[in-house]
Amino acid sequence: MSVLPTTGVPTTGPQRSITTPHSAGNRLGERIIRRLLRTCAIVSVLTTIGIVAVLLSESLKFFGEVSVFEFLTGAQWTPLFSPPHFGVLPLVCGTMLVTGGAILIAGPIGLGTAIYLSEYAPPVVREIIKPVLEVLAGIPSVVYGVVAVTTVSPIVQRLFGSESIFNALSASIVVGFMILPMIVSLSEDVLRSVPRDLRSAAYALGATKLDVTTRVVVPAALSGIVAAVLLAISRAIGETMAVTLAAGATPNLTLNPLESVQTMTAYIVQVSKGDTPTGSIEYRTIFAVGLTLFCITMSLNIIAQWVLKRMREQYE
Amino acid sequence: MVTHGAERSISLADTPPRRVATTDPRQTRMTETTAASRTETAGPLRSIRPPAFDSARPARSADELAGAAAKIAVSDLNFFYGANQALHDIKLAIPERCVTAFIGPSGCGKSTFLRCLNRMNDMIDDARVEGEILLDGESLRGPRVDVVELRKRVGMVFQKSNPFPKSIFENIAYGPRVAGERNKARLYEIAERCLQHAALWDEVKDRLEDSALALSGGQQQRLCIARALATDPEVLLMDEPASALDPASTARIEDLIFELKDKYTIVIVTHNMQQAARVSDQTAFFFQGVLVEAGATNEIFTNPAKKQTEDYITGRFG
Repeated sequence: MSVLPTTGVPTTGPQRSITTPHSAGNRLGERIIRRLLRTCAIVSVLTTIGIVAVLLSESLKFFGEVSVFEFLTGAQWTPLFSPPHFGVLPLVCGTMLVTGGAILIAGPIGLGTAIYLSEYAPPVVREIIKPVLEVLAGIPSVVYGVVAVTTVSPIVQRLFGSESIFNALSASIVVGFMILPMIVSLSEDVLRSVPRDLRSAAYALGATKLDVTTRVVVPAALSGIVAAVLLAISRAIGETMAVTLAAGATPNLTLNPLESVQTMTAYIVQVSKGDTPTGSIEYRTIFAVGLTLFCITMSLNIIAQWVLKRMREQYE
Repeated sequence: MVTHGAERSISLADTPPRRVATTDPRQTRMTETTAASRTETAGPLRSIRPPAFDSARPARSADELAGAAAKIAVSDLNFFYGANQALHDIKLAIPERCVTAFIGPSGCGKSTFLRCLNRMNDMIDDARVEGEILLDGESLRGPRVDVVELRKRVGMVFQKSNPFPKSIFENIAYGPRVAGERNKARLYEIAERCLQHAALWDEVKDRLEDSALALSGGQQQRLCIARALATDPEVLLMDEPASALDPASTARIEDLIFELKDKYTIVIVTHNMQQAARVSDQTAFFFQGVLVEAGATNEIFTNPAKKQTEDYITGRFG
């Protein structure tokens, strides 16, 4: 009986070596794939840098003619009339009015849905509600806009006596429903990630389901819920199509949701689609407004990420 | 609940030998194991370790144990996870103001049994219980039993310390708060009393508002014990309370158990037989869902009636 295995390296023949004539790390296929993937990753980085660069350079030209102070504190926004006023506050106010209303609608409904799904709903119900929410998230925003103008606005007009068919309230309502799926799915995730040990501990202390939910699960998930709402706010602020259709095109420094307002995004659409000559100061306003918008949403996203990160640290 | 899942899967894996048992599951199973353990120790016999009894902490004497009223009385308890039976005809009395230890290998059903005593198994979807559990003569499973009231009287400490991500004070105050206590001064009184009882007061008295998660593992577990004491329970169930702790913290928990038994009825699940011998007055040995033997701890450890118990406590299997 042979002691050596019959398969394997033949004892005669050329000596095997782990070194190759060409360097192993430089196999052609490997090299191509690596370059290709790196190019893909660089594209998004370059795009971001490019957009920020354009925003900054055009805005700088704008701020060469209009002072930052006037831009940020002026209460009148009439760049297309003469004499022009470049106070961005009416646009910011319009955006905040629509966004605030949207959060007032989507926050409670979304949080309620998330708590129901994670704590109370039997699996069957969850299997139904979650896909429905995904459908809601998949509806194009222009459809929301049309629904706002044709269906929601007339109802708002009749119920609250709004003068215009374009009003902040109907925009708030549709934007609220647009961001609802986002709030639900993000908060449900954080609620479900609260360790089961904590629930057991609370039940063992004689807590009812309501006690466990309101005094243990929601507080433990609070920072995650806050982050979800911040991300939803950021989405609502950046929302364009629905508010352009529903809120109107009247820069208006008001807190009355029944009036027609113009949001920052809607203004940008108006000017981009209009006949404003390229390179004029009116044209450059859209970059200044765009930069303002970008700064607001970016800081919200950064804050949200920071809050989420802190929450994760808490449990590790 | 992690333990639970693990135990559950282990008992599922054990199903085939169990199916053999039809008429008298206890006997069939015992012969099987004895055979198994004999083959396992075919080599030179391991020396039999004498259990370590701590003379500084005397256990209840046999007379005391026999004289103690049964705080919890269990009879003919069967427990099922779906189609798998996890506990078979358990019959056991848990004497008042004594420490009862449940020992046995993983998956033997001791944790499942512990959770039956405060109905924590209710939360498992396809679990089913048959039989009678009496707390002070009152059935735990009657139609009008309020689980919330039951759990206030039968507190629980888990294997993994699980403080709420709140302050130390808020952790203790949770139980009294859900029970309706609103007075802050009263809550502080309760917190001080329970933390002192759990031998944690001196370490945390100056930082009651700090997060409980900043405490060490041993401190967290003592906090969980203090938290369980805050609802003023009569029975304290402990599911391997020291298994995740270092020896020094374990010793502190054991000292604590010894002190607490003057006031509370304590049931402790443990993998560590030395620990059972050190802290308990009565020991119950579980194997494959069957209560093999229960009795005074020094009796079980020095003179077990069943061969299977002897094999387990001398370390021949499990």
